Amino acid sequence: MIPANFTYHKASSLKDAIALAESLGEEAKYMSGGHSLLPMMKLRFATPEHIIDISKIQGLSFIKEEGDLLKIGAMTTQTEMEYSDLLRSKYPIFGDAIKLTADPSVRNVGTLGGNIAHGDAANDQPALMLAMRATVIAEGVDGQKSIPIDEFFHGFYMTALEPTDILVEIHIPKASKHSGGAYHKVERKVGDYATAGVAVYVELDDDGVCREIGIALTNVSAVPMRVDRAEELLRGKKITDDLIGQAGVFASEDCEPTSDLRGSEAYKRSLVDTITKRMLNKALERARQ
Amino acid sequence: MFKCKTSAEVGGMGHSVKRKEDARFLHGKGNYVDDVKLPGMLTMVMVRSPYAYAKIKSINKEKALAIPGVLAVITGEDLAQYNLHWMPTLLSDTQMVLPTDTVMHQAQEVCAVIATDRYIAVDGAEAVDVQYEPMDPIVDPFKALDKDAPLLRPDKEDQKDNQIYHWERGDRAKTDEVIANADVVVKERIHLPRIHVASIETCGCVASYDKDTEKLVVYLTTQAPHAIRTVVALVAGHVGLSEEKIRIISPDIGGGFGGKVPVYPAYVVAIAATFLIGKPVKWIEDRSENLVNGFARDYHMDCELAATKDGKIQAFKVSTLADHGYTDSSANPSKYPTGMFSICTGSYDYEHAFAELDAVYTNKAPGGVAYRCSFRVTEAVHAIERMVDKLAAKIGKDPALLRLENFIKKEQFPYSSPLGWSYDSGDYEATLKKAMDMLGYDDYKKEQAQKRKEGKLMGIGISTFTEVVGAGPSKDFDILGIAMFDSAEIRVHPTGKALARFGTKSQGQGHETTYAQILAEELGIPYTDIEIDEGDTDTAPYGLGTYASRSTPTAGAAAAIAARKLRDKGKKIAAYLLEVSEEDIEWEVGKYFVKGAPEKSKTIQEVVFAAYTNIPPGMEPGFEATHYYDPPNLTFPNGAYICVVEVEKETGAIDVKRFVAIDDCGNIINPMIVEGQVHGGLTQGIAPAMYEGIEYDDEGNVLNGTFMDYLVPTAVESPHWETGHTITPSPHHPLGAKGVAESPTVGAPPAIANAIIDALAPLGIEHLDIPITPAKVWEAIQAHS
Repeated sequence: MIPANFTYHKASSLKDAIALAESLGEEAKYMSGGHSLLPMMKLRFATPEHIIDISKIQGLSFIKEEGDLLKIGAMTTQTEMEYSDLLRSKYPIFGDAIKLTADPSVRNVGTLGGNIAHGDAANDQPALMLAMRATVIAEGVDGQKSIPIDEFFHGFYMTALEPTDILVEIHIPKASKHSGGAYHKVERKVGDYATAGVAVYVELDDDGVCREIGIALTNVSAVPMRVDRAEELLRGKKITDDLIGQAGVFASEDCEPTSDLRGSEAYKRSLVDTITKRMLNKALERARQ
Repeated sequence: MFKCKTSAEVGGMGHSVKRKEDARFLHGKGNYVDDVKLPGMLTMVMVRSPYAYAKIKSINKEKALAIPGVLAVITGEDLAQYNLHWMPTLLSDTQMVLPTDTVMHQAQEVCAVIATDRYIAVDGAEAVDVQYEPMDPIVDPFKALDKDAPLLRPDKEDQKDNQIYHWERGDRAKTDEVIANADVVVKERIHLPRIHVASIETCGCVASYDKDTEKLVVYLTTQAPHAIRTVVALVAGHVGLSEEKIRIISPDIGGGFGGKVPVYPAYVVAIAATFLIGKPVKWIEDRSENLVNGFARDYHMDCELAATKDGKIQAFKVSTLADHGYTDSSANPSKYPTGMFSICTGSYDYEHAFAELDAVYTNKAPGGVAYRCSFRVTEAVHAIERMVDKLAAKIGKDPALLRLENFIKKEQFPYSSPLGWSYDSGDYEATLKKAMDMLGYDDYKKEQAQKRKEGKLMGIGISTFTEVVGAGPSKDFDILGIAMFDSAEIRVHPTGKALARFGTKSQGQGHETTYAQILAEELGIPYTDIEIDEGDTDTAPYGLGTYASRSTPTAGAAAAIAARKLRDKGKKIAAYLLEVSEEDIEWEVGKYFVKGAPEKSKTIQEVVFAAYTNIPPGMEPGFEATHYYDPPNLTFPNGAYICVVEVEKETGAIDVKRFVAIDDCGNIINPMIVEGQVHGGLTQGIAPAMYEGIEYDDEGNVLNGTFMDYLVPTAVESPHWETGHTITPSPHHPLGAKGVAESPTVGAPPAIANAIIDALAPLGIEHLDIPITPAKVWEAIQAHS
């Protein structure tokens, strides 16, 4: 439970951090909250030679609406998000998820950016980002770039970020009059990763027809996944109980869970079906309010 | 109910005074083993086996020794030079300290790295190059006795297979006959999973040998410091350690639960290391190490319960296969290899029972930690309480009514159980009825009937258990031949304040408060004026330690009797001071007075002062007493627990709606502390019932060796515990008290299991082994629909 030797570097600015990463090369890792990386280092699953601490960089912690976008700084902690009036009133899906993520002491330190950049399908925020069609803003050697969330997750712990890139901001389409989201995961006990989790974000037009829909899953695939078939089924339609039932079936068929200590593949598929239906109903209820 | 004899200021029995030890714990001033820092102290880290069963081909120390700060790598070969590579277990088996040729379970200690600090030691451990030749392990205990199974312990002469022992008690022929002729017989194979105590503080020690004084001091997370001292003297006597030169100090302990009774190999290595190097050596187990060693339970029990068609229980039979891992290191000081398992006949009155058990070796860490349980009582209670519910389901009788009709009656105590125990006291009917009233049992039965009509799954589960604690009478217990008494030594100072020392050792039980309350009760000296000291073998009287809910039954009794000796001495002094004869003196709490003239009196403080200043001629000065108490019998606390659950069909989710726990632990010293014990114990009861269980793969790898996957329930998972008491004093304990800490851990799992299985009964589900998780429930529902 003691990490292998590493050299600690504290970055004072983004520029400083990126320059450090560039000069230190492949054996350097950024760390912000550290709540994903540190446990792996303590178990010596990860043995980076250099840690670049980016947690003290100013200006990356904010939650605001600007133009058509909700913008959240990558260093915003889960606790800051949990207690944000803006998120509570207009984006309750974040509250759904954060209350089920780890425990308060982890959420006090763990950041939104870290939760996404870790590239772990067991984390909760990736499914939210997929459902809400977020854009990842990253800064690297070549300046700033925007990465659509659908192009962000490449594999187990692998993302579109280059080793020197820092995830700085998340952009999410601003909530419209008739939009709503919901998230739930089944966990074995408090603080656990999901046995299965489902994020749903829905936008209706004035007639109650589904203008846009996002359905994404947690920890039932190697890479955070979107359920395209269920989205296509619902998009452009008035969502009925029958359609919701069908969407649940699609989600349970399309997910890729494996049997493990959290349960059998069949159990997880069944959970995905049940939670998808429940979250569709909950998101619709919120959208109609 | 119990009526307090003392004022709140004196704080004797029955007062919920605040715990004296809490201020230092709450202010972060507890002094745990890892807080001990000695000049020149070195750190030890263990290298552990990645394989469950492998030959060790070579251990190369070079790379590790090349790291600056790494001073030594100690292997089994090194210890073999001093014949310290094996050690005996309490149950006549042997356990490796460090292996010379074979590792027998995953995470077994392979060698030790000694370095100047922990960071360097961990790097050193990683640099030790051990070459293994893996072999096929025995993981499934049912395959341990197969003809082609490898012989796991060829080191033991006469060991021809992997059976450790066969044990039985009761009349097999008669029990079989009654079962064969019974109207109704229910059968089930019940498994109690391997679980881990997961105390907040892991195990550890600081061993320090001084070559000049030849004194060995060991700060140790042990529940039984004196027993450890004697064990060390017996095991290491041949290298020159003798008992008067060994001092074991148990500082504050962050939870024991039985996991800090065994002697772990690293303790012995640390002692060997300080002996050889001459500097203090600290070993602190990390969480990953703690979670893959030191297991409890792991009994596979084939049960049969026979009854008449209207539900009169006639006979119980249980045949058990016990998975002990590679050695029988059970922390069991009873004279029976299965401990108190023969309490398995339960709270019911019937004549015939038979219990047998075969213990086998497997390639797993040694089991036998008595996790908050007097040596296999949890297993025993689970077996009988599940079977009684199964019988009720089979004949269609209300499980509460079935129990009420079969209980041992109040007037039958002391009751001789079919397997030979003498239950001291109880009023099982009153206890269950109190639980039913508190719950509103009949209303829930109605609600359940209604819910079942609607297709909903709701269950009510009962457990009416009898515990057996307070180890124990020397006829049933010993450690290396030492009787299981315990001790109290009281010194009252001239100003009327006292210091009392005990052979037990609190790990969170609150002894500094409860022992002071016992003395306050007996002497009338306020509990705040009494210091309690435990855990240092150089100062405390000899005792066997704290586990098995034994402290109140043994050391608590010793305290009362020692105090009564003082009271007798005080009476003589009072008579002298009041110038009357001793027969004319009477005692009421805190003072002596002259019969018929209560205004002529002396307080206990005045009498104590006189013991130092104005001693009656010919009397020995001072005011001190010691007592060693060998109890005449165990105590038999009992309880009635009822659990109500709802199960969601779609997901298998289990919602514990109510949990009512009525305990009968006799007279209560501190109701608040008992309440805390019951809350903690119930949470450790829901743990194996719904969350915990060590899992292995076919290679013998522990699959859930971290807190991410070994699911210790928290306050979030705990239902609202509703507690209460009936009080049936123990007739043989000087205070009428019984042990209590284990009752909730022992009694809760079957209540929860019975409730969940009752909820699933309409689907045709008759049994599930614990832990009963939502995933397991969901699978069972699929299989039955």
